[in-house]
Amino acid sequence: MKIKITTEERKSDFAKEVEERSGIDVKKCYQCGKCTAGCPVAYEMDYMPNQIIRFVQLGLRQEALTSRTIWLCASCITCTTRCPKEVKIAELMDVLREMALEEGIANPMEKDITTFHEAFLNSVKKHGRISECGMLMEFKRKRPKAALKSALQDVADGSQLMMKGKLSLAPHDIKGKDNIKRIFEKLG
Amino acid sequence: MSEETKKTKIGYYPGCAITKCSTSEEYGTSVLGVSRVIGPELEEIDDWNCCGASSGHATNHKLSTALSVRNISLAEKDGYDEVLAPCPMCSQRLIVSQDDVENDEKLRKEVEDAIEMPISRNVKVSNYLEIVKNYSMDEIAEKQKRKPEGLKVASYYGCLLVRPPKILKFDDPENPKTMDDIVKAIGAEAVDWEFKTNCCGGGFTLSRPNVVIKLTHDILEGAIDAGANAIAVACPMCHANLDMRQQAIEKEYGRRFNIPIVYISELIGLALGLKPKDLGMDKHFIDTGSVIDTFSDIEK
Repeated sequence: MKIKITTEERKSDFAKEVEERSGIDVKKCYQCGKCTAGCPVAYEMDYMPNQIIRFVQLGLRQEALTSRTIWLCASCITCTTRCPKEVKIAELMDVLREMALEEGIANPMEKDITTFHEAFLNSVKKHGRISECGMLMEFKRKRPKAALKSALQDVADGSQLMMKGKLSLAPHDIKGKDNIKRIFEKLG
Repeated sequence: MSEETKKTKIGYYPGCAITKCSTSEEYGTSVLGVSRVIGPELEEIDDWNCCGASSGHATNHKLSTALSVRNISLAEKDGYDEVLAPCPMCSQRLIVSQDDVENDEKLRKEVEDAIEMPISRNVKVSNYLEIVKNYSMDEIAEKQKRKPEGLKVASYYGCLLVRPPKILKFDDPENPKTMDDIVKAIGAEAVDWEFKTNCCGGGFTLSRPNVVIKLTHDILEGAIDAGANAIAVACPMCHANLDMRQQAIEKEYGRRFNIPIVYISELIGLALGLKPKDLGMDKHFIDTGSVIDTFSDIEK
């Protein structure tokens, strides 16, 4: 893989910005690749986890923040657990995802994942707890292609869940839902 | 908080997935059922909210921290020293968030302002295996009524019970033993296998089902090849992915598994003589009959 680094990128403070936001010092990484070796989702990623760290080290902001990898990270934390330099790689993925969303440059190829997160949190914001049905409906409505692909399976699963009394149609609102709404307003 | 308002009971934080009428309600049903027989006494925290789960921490650290920490503050307000969060997504989020605000004064202030409550420093959050290990091993031995014969269990811990180890400080992150010890204590065989802490794909079940199908396939295959005839879990997401998706996995890979995925609390319940239905064992996608049938009364 060949990537051109501009002088501007080389001089940029991307690594420092990441450190200030998260306390994670990517400079400690010496690229041993242990994170990638143990990553269960590496086979689906466009860049390996250690490459993402390298991007941050080198100031390659665009490459890191628009990667599919940051969304495909399942947050299993195997990388952080095994890193010999104690770099919190899984936690770094959280920061990069947050930055990608703030800048509106999250990779559109992983829109199913970002939309799922959105639908999930919208349900929490509305009710204080997850309404599984409501969250599912919002996700399916916003991602009709993904919905179509899994439609048969979903209908089968959904009806089994209903039969077993494990899918509630009515959302449950907590008493403190106004407080939850204010939490979202302040920090969301 | 004054001494007299302190409770000896443990605050119960079910979280969204295991409350009644949710996809993993049998986990909650069996945890509560078991606690009624052998303790410790559990009391639901009033007006708890969702911890934000993966979607919270994956997209907004502060929001995720506030949503988690609010529950701990509620627990303290209710007078609990310890909280049980049987869902490892919840317990991990609560403990990590507690650690985050402990180490970041600025974050602490912002979160306190958002949740409109002081943040508790004294509430201990525990996962289900910890609770069983710390309070119930003697009680299980004392009150066991039924024993399994020929039940070979692969204990599957997944990610969130053991990682990140520096913060959770629970068991060995590469080869945990707590669940195996419980399995052995009730008289089943604990199968030694390689996939104890592998990831099942967790929250990708809707957004990236292909990832979940591959990872869960590897776990099911690992358990079967190691000679297990049941997989025990203590996580609603692990359960949903291995149980609900099992038929889809079989179809995709052309191999029949048909292996029951049981909650560790269900196994304890069966050993205590509780009825399978009262443990929610009729709610699984993969029939649990073959596990239930291994249990018979202990002759005294």
